[in-house]
Amino acid sequence: MIPASYTFRNVTKHKVTSTLTIFGVGLVVFVFTAVLMLAHGLFATLVATGSDDNVVIIRKASQSEVTSIIMREQADIVSTFPEIKLGQDNKPLFTNELYVLISLVKRDDDGSSNVTVRGVTEKSMEMRPDIKILEGRMYQPGTAEIIAGKSISNRFKGCKVGEQVRFGSRDWTVVGVFDAAGSAFDSEIWGDIEQMMDAFRRPVYSSLTMKLNDPASLAAVTSRIEGDLRLQLEAKPEKEYYAAQSTATTQFIMIVGVAICIIFSFGAIVGAMITMYAAVANRTKEIGTLRSLGFSRLAILRTFLFESFVISLAGGIIGLAGASFLRFVEVSTVNFNTFSELAFNFRLNGPTIISAIVFAVVMGFLGGFLPAVRASRLKIVDSLRAT
Amino acid sequence: MLMNLIYRNSFRHKLRTILTVVGLAVAVMAFGLIRTVVDAWHAGVEAAAPDRLITRSSISITFTLPLSYKEQIEKIDGIKAVTYANWFGGTYVDASNFFAQFAVEKGNYFKVFPEFIISPEVMDAFNSNIKAVIVGQKLADRFGWKVGDRVTLIGTIFPGNWDFDVVGIYKGKDQTIDESTWFMRWEYIDETMKEQMPGRAGEVGWYGLQLADPSKAAEVSAAVDARFKNSSAETLTETEKAFQMSFVAMSGAILVLLTVMSWLIIGVILMVLVNTMAMTARERTSEYAFMKSMGFQGYHLWGMITGEAIVISLTGGLLGLALLAAIVNVLKAGLSAWFPVFKIQPLTWILVVALAIIIGLIASAFPVIKAMRMRIVDGLRVVD
Repeated sequence: MIPASYTFRNVTKHKVTSTLTIFGVGLVVFVFTAVLMLAHGLFATLVATGSDDNVVIIRKASQSEVTSIIMREQADIVSTFPEIKLGQDNKPLFTNELYVLISLVKRDDDGSSNVTVRGVTEKSMEMRPDIKILEGRMYQPGTAEIIAGKSISNRFKGCKVGEQVRFGSRDWTVVGVFDAAGSAFDSEIWGDIEQMMDAFRRPVYSSLTMKLNDPASLAAVTSRIEGDLRLQLEAKPEKEYYAAQSTATTQFIMIVGVAICIIFSFGAIVGAMITMYAAVANRTKEIGTLRSLGFSRLAILRTFLFESFVISLAGGIIGLAGASFLRFVEVSTVNFNTFSELAFNFRLNGPTIISAIVFAVVMGFLGGFLPAVRASRLKIVDSLRAT
Repeated sequence: MLMNLIYRNSFRHKLRTILTVVGLAVAVMAFGLIRTVVDAWHAGVEAAAPDRLITRSSISITFTLPLSYKEQIEKIDGIKAVTYANWFGGTYVDASNFFAQFAVEKGNYFKVFPEFIISPEVMDAFNSNIKAVIVGQKLADRFGWKVGDRVTLIGTIFPGNWDFDVVGIYKGKDQTIDESTWFMRWEYIDETMKEQMPGRAGEVGWYGLQLADPSKAAEVSAAVDARFKNSSAETLTETEKAFQMSFVAMSGAILVLLTVMSWLIIGVILMVLVNTMAMTARERTSEYAFMKSMGFQGYHLWGMITGEAIVISLTGGLLGLALLAAIVNVLKAGLSAWFPVFKIQPLTWILVVALAIIIGLIASAFPVIKAMRMRIVDGLRVVD
């Protein structure tokens, strides 16, 4: 067995070449990690939206709140379901909400995007305990006051506390900013539903949300809704509903990102191969010496594979470390499922770290294998004779 | 003579050169692919006609306008024709089978949007059957639809199951036109709404306005919006280009990330080539010293080393472009759901060639400086 220190000395001896290869691998791992972090961040934001015991009800086949329409009479029927939990004031934890998209102007570049406005009731906040007022206060029901999610407040004109924003032929005053703990609600504007329905001239609701007595009673709610022909609605756990809203965009990021990473990794593999072939060529005499000292072909193969493993692992760690700084970057884009602006962060999780390291090591192995085989096949006499 | 030397040197170490060229080619292909994806996003903007305006609700595109606006817009000065459409948003079998569905005004719509080529017979069939639908060639290919087929969509915005008769297949007037759209009759929605939800009848998603004089776009837009100011449904009128651009801008962050990624790839290419050139130069140190002692000047060495780097990077770049052309052809069909128009823009070709030369220059800079500064005695003393 050739000692590992032989490998480390070799890596540090050819500084320029080793560094370039390590950075090449690092860059590829950086991009690979960034793609996974982006997809995970988007997914996590939407999955983090919603509580386990909340159920969202929208019109059958409408797929999202944007296209859903629920009549007042239908809402009245659902609001009397016995499975609904009672709040502290003994009233059912049930809310009917209006969901509309408005076009607002961004602060930084004057471009505009679709922002979600949610008309809410007094129960909306109580049913989502993760949401806290960060600055200012709650809106007064019955007035043209609104509160903005923290992602919206910073990025759109007129959405800071004390500012005014115009939509639905009315000027609305922002009286508070709320923090929804990194969920999709952070990208919404909330106000009194009655005021909103009036301003947008929409006499219908978009969705109903209820908190269950017991999460197990979901089946009872679903069958009750299906059994009532007047309803034509569908119920989903809140978490599941939001997770489904991430499919199109996540899918896009994953397909494009992973396809590019795979193509991309060829570059790094080739870089590793060039380095390792050169290492073998430069050390022909050395290899001959090692062989004549009694080290086996397998030991030589192992040592060159290990060298390429060390290089790719170093690259992987550098790439991963670089990508971990992306956690502080906030991205906002339109979610293809809902057609509304959604802000999210790059997020690093265990599977992503493992995938990135495995990806780096596999690149190193693929790049190092052929050169290592060549090294192990050299004939002692020929290699000792090499100049 | 120098050219011959460059050529011979480039392929002296065959395996390394081949590996480098392949590495560069694959990376160039990735670079080109990302650029093509980003360009595909802008296809709608590119295809926008200069003489058209789009009027939509000032709240957002998801709000509708009343049908009665058509007559009022027609009376505004500088307007040649007005047509209207709605987004249907139906699902075909499964939600993942997404494609754009427009419910359009019969007859008039295709006069204002003449880039869709439809024969007079198909036009007649469309105008005479309320369930008629005309689909783009690519869309028809994707789902295997033929003229005469009956297709059912499930409405997401307009509830229920909707039956349609495919009466024709259209083609675009050139490559920039989207051939994966579904055009159905606006009246089909309207008649159904009148029966089922009278409150939602007579609604229009957006109006397409054709201008008599494209240079008057700003004045006419302002006049249209002023006409409906303080009404129950205020409007926002902009050029078709600006309208399309607003959709692109919404996905801005993703496009920026893709672009950043494409430039990181150039970084990887650079590192691979710098690595190769550094190794090559190190092996040939004594050779350079020997050439110097024979009277070759610094610029000869520069020409030789840089020339070699450029030969390798250009070979890689051109091979990459060939691969790109092949892969774009393969992906075109698979991506048609997302990108109706997917082709390599001329700028990508130019950029790749220019970047190959620049990268060759940069990658050889370090070995060149080293070779030029080297004293002959030191170089000759090197034993590898």
